[in-house]
Amino acid sequence: MLDLINVSYDTQIPNNVGLSQDKKVLKALEKWHPGYINWWNDLIPQNFQQSMVYLRTAVSVDPKGWAKFDYVKMPEYRWGVLLAPQVDGRTIPCGEHFGQPAWQEVPGEYRNLLKRLIVIQGDTEPASVEQQRLLALTAPSLYDMRNLFQVNVEEGRHLWAMVYLLHKYFGRDGREEADDLLRRQSGSEEAPRMLGAFNEETPDWLSFFMFTYFTDRDGKMQLESLAQSGFDPLSRTCRFMLTEEAHHMFVGETGVGRTIERTCQVMKENGIDDPFDIDRIRGLGVIDLPLIQKKLNLHYTLSLDLFGQEVSTNAANAFNAGIKGRYMEARIQDDHQLQGDTYVVWDLVDGKAVQKEVPALTAINMRLRDDYTKDAAGGVGRWNKIIEKYGIDFELKLPHEAFHRKIGVFANMPFDPDGQVVTGAEFDKGLPDWLPTHADGDYIQSLMKPCYEPGEFARWIAPPKVGIDNKPGDFEYVKLHMA
Amino acid sequence: MTQPLKQHLIDPEICIRCYTCEMTCPEQAIEHDDMNVVVDADKCKFCMDCIPVCPTGSIDNWRVVAEPYSLEEQYGWTDLPPQEDVAGDDAGLEALDDAIAALLAEAHKGAGGKSRAPATASKPSVNLYTLGKPAEARVTGNYRLTAEDSDSDVRHIILDFGAQPFPVLEGQSIGIIPPGTNSEGRAHLPRLYSVSSPRDGERPNFNNLSLTVKREPHGICSNYVCDLKPGDTVRVTGPFGATFLMPSDPNAHLLMICTGTGSAPFRAFTMRRQRENPKLTNSLTLVFGARRQQELPYFGPLGKVPESFMAKHFAFSRQKDEPKHYVQDKLRAQSERIGQLLQNPATHIYVCGLKAMEQGVEEALKDIARAQGLVWTDLRDRMRDEGRYHLETY
Repeated sequence: MLDLINVSYDTQIPNNVGLSQDKKVLKALEKWHPGYINWWNDLIPQNFQQSMVYLRTAVSVDPKGWAKFDYVKMPEYRWGVLLAPQVDGRTIPCGEHFGQPAWQEVPGEYRNLLKRLIVIQGDTEPASVEQQRLLALTAPSLYDMRNLFQVNVEEGRHLWAMVYLLHKYFGRDGREEADDLLRRQSGSEEAPRMLGAFNEETPDWLSFFMFTYFTDRDGKMQLESLAQSGFDPLSRTCRFMLTEEAHHMFVGETGVGRTIERTCQVMKENGIDDPFDIDRIRGLGVIDLPLIQKKLNLHYTLSLDLFGQEVSTNAANAFNAGIKGRYMEARIQDDHQLQGDTYVVWDLVDGKAVQKEVPALTAINMRLRDDYTKDAAGGVGRWNKIIEKYGIDFELKLPHEAFHRKIGVFANMPFDPDGQVVTGAEFDKGLPDWLPTHADGDYIQSLMKPCYEPGEFARWIAPPKVGIDNKPGDFEYVKLHMA
Repeated sequence: MTQPLKQHLIDPEICIRCYTCEMTCPEQAIEHDDMNVVVDADKCKFCMDCIPVCPTGSIDNWRVVAEPYSLEEQYGWTDLPPQEDVAGDDAGLEALDDAIAALLAEAHKGAGGKSRAPATASKPSVNLYTLGKPAEARVTGNYRLTAEDSDSDVRHIILDFGAQPFPVLEGQSIGIIPPGTNSEGRAHLPRLYSVSSPRDGERPNFNNLSLTVKREPHGICSNYVCDLKPGDTVRVTGPFGATFLMPSDPNAHLLMICTGTGSAPFRAFTMRRQRENPKLTNSLTLVFGARRQQELPYFGPLGKVPESFMAKHFAFSRQKDEPKHYVQDKLRAQSERIGQLLQNPATHIYVCGLKAMEQGVEEALKDIARAQGLVWTDLRDRMRDEGRYHLETY
């Protein structure tokens, strides 16, 4: 009897899918494996590859075993194929096949649609590691460096998860797609990553925190909706990935939160009440709150673009086919088919942003984006609590969805962050107050100095409230290899 | 008065609302609104499934309460309420049932005041299993630790908990319920035994633990435990104890003073350190007393622990052709070294064994402190308040 909970180490690739008895897929994956290792080795600077990093690895997919912490060199991390346990009698949760048994094999009529979804998801995973490859050089602490590496190795594992599905269920063209996932490179001219936001570089740690908060949250929402897939192996893969994704959300939320905390602390210590007293605040080596708002505007709006068009027939087809559900589909009380339902979306009428009702089936993207916005707003509220605690009069806000968009009805329209249409001149004038300028970027860059002493933190960021795995404050999360 | 109970809570200040715990909980005890993620005290069974999946550590919070906080109260929080003084719960969080709490309070009395856990100790789980709802463990080993010709029969017992969660930390105790009834026809109460294996199990990642038990003449429970055979099942309560714990900080030096089966928690401490930080030097000091070498539990395995990792001082009181040595004599013989340790803020002192050893150890430490220009009782009280002085005697 196959053990589908505990991770098996009897092949080169740790897994809980019985790979050792699936020779064809095992062979294909073993062929893909060296390319992956090469990709990883070329990516992150060598002295970090040789360092011992305190990482968590799953030894099983049940709650007890999936977070074992230990020191490991990253190239020796046990990337593997891990699926959440199969649920007996699971049925297709949405669309025209609602209620039928979930598919264990790819349904022929949806093969291409499914493959495309898996490839797009798979493409984002290595892309973010590429974007973040040099950040360790300026890590504000060993704690943060560990968190970065944990995010990186888990994104690497998520790539493995998608590659497994491609190899197992999509034959020859699946294997070709898997190879292409290693061929494309973030920011490359010839072979860029598939989605725009994943070709931007992550130049500094505040960008990294904003990225993990806003952009990885898009990833989380996509995984949530793929976890509702009627194609059971995809659902199980995504369910396990979500447990790991939670750590990435944590890095983002606490990273930005600690940056805010430090700024407020330093302002108070120096008797500064005005958050717009930017020169003085920057003179003290911390990041002013208005700049944090600008970074937030940038990363939030870039991430909104990842949800695609507000009204989309592709999304409607995927939902109707039962291969991609809504956020928390199982908890929604409706017929899960949306034949007669409507949903309110944004549209542009006479140059103004207005809301209108459209068939709910075509508004699947918009609905997921609304769920995303609600989820993202929660953390912003908690950041504001930190500012409030220090008695500083400043409130961070998510900008209006029409602001700074490249995709959807508002693409390239002159909306301000409050959602008002402005003239081109007003837009150009407002921009330095709405989005980070080159000077802002340079300032943040000037703060990015590594801090490699256990227990010490760069001046611009506060230490965390709780250590990873309950470790004390001066725990050596990364034993640096300094050769 | 209703019995105080331990309630599982989530720290809203640290939680990031990823709801991973909620999706993991097999009891559906966790739910959320737009503000908070909360735990329903009526449904939570302390299975601990939610603990490792939490990315923040906010999930690992506990309060002893007379009345559990309702879901409505928890939804309104922006931070966790402090631990209230719960009436009749003088022993803090060591145990929730009165009899066990009283036993532990008695065992810790010699420390001269309220014991505290080391600042960097992991958070212990307490009282997951009770007399009314004990865990069932299967015996997988029972080995005699003392020489066959000795009249002292000390045994190493291994218990396996199978699929039941039974998280213990080094230094905690468990209760064993002997079968049968007492002379009044009532079921026996559990007897406490210190766990002698580290938190990840006697064998790493096996859900098992070990005990070090000495057979006592007419001891109802000790005879029962010492006679157990592999395959037997025993009923277990606990875990208990929330102060006699080891610091997580690898730089903390542990001075461990024990006699006989008092070595049980120190075996656990030592193994934990060896598994976590095997390359440390000058990490531990053990002062261990027994009648003879053949009666010193774990004498063989202790010999394999490098002296550079742990300095070992054995005191034998009945060794043939040797003068009588007690642990206090060994402390005095090392007075310079021990004196340095007393001065070092990273030092944690643990004393465990028979009540009879308390006075001698106390006297020796007093003299050593005096030679350093320190007043022992002041130092002891300060160390105890800082969670660096621990005593458990019986």
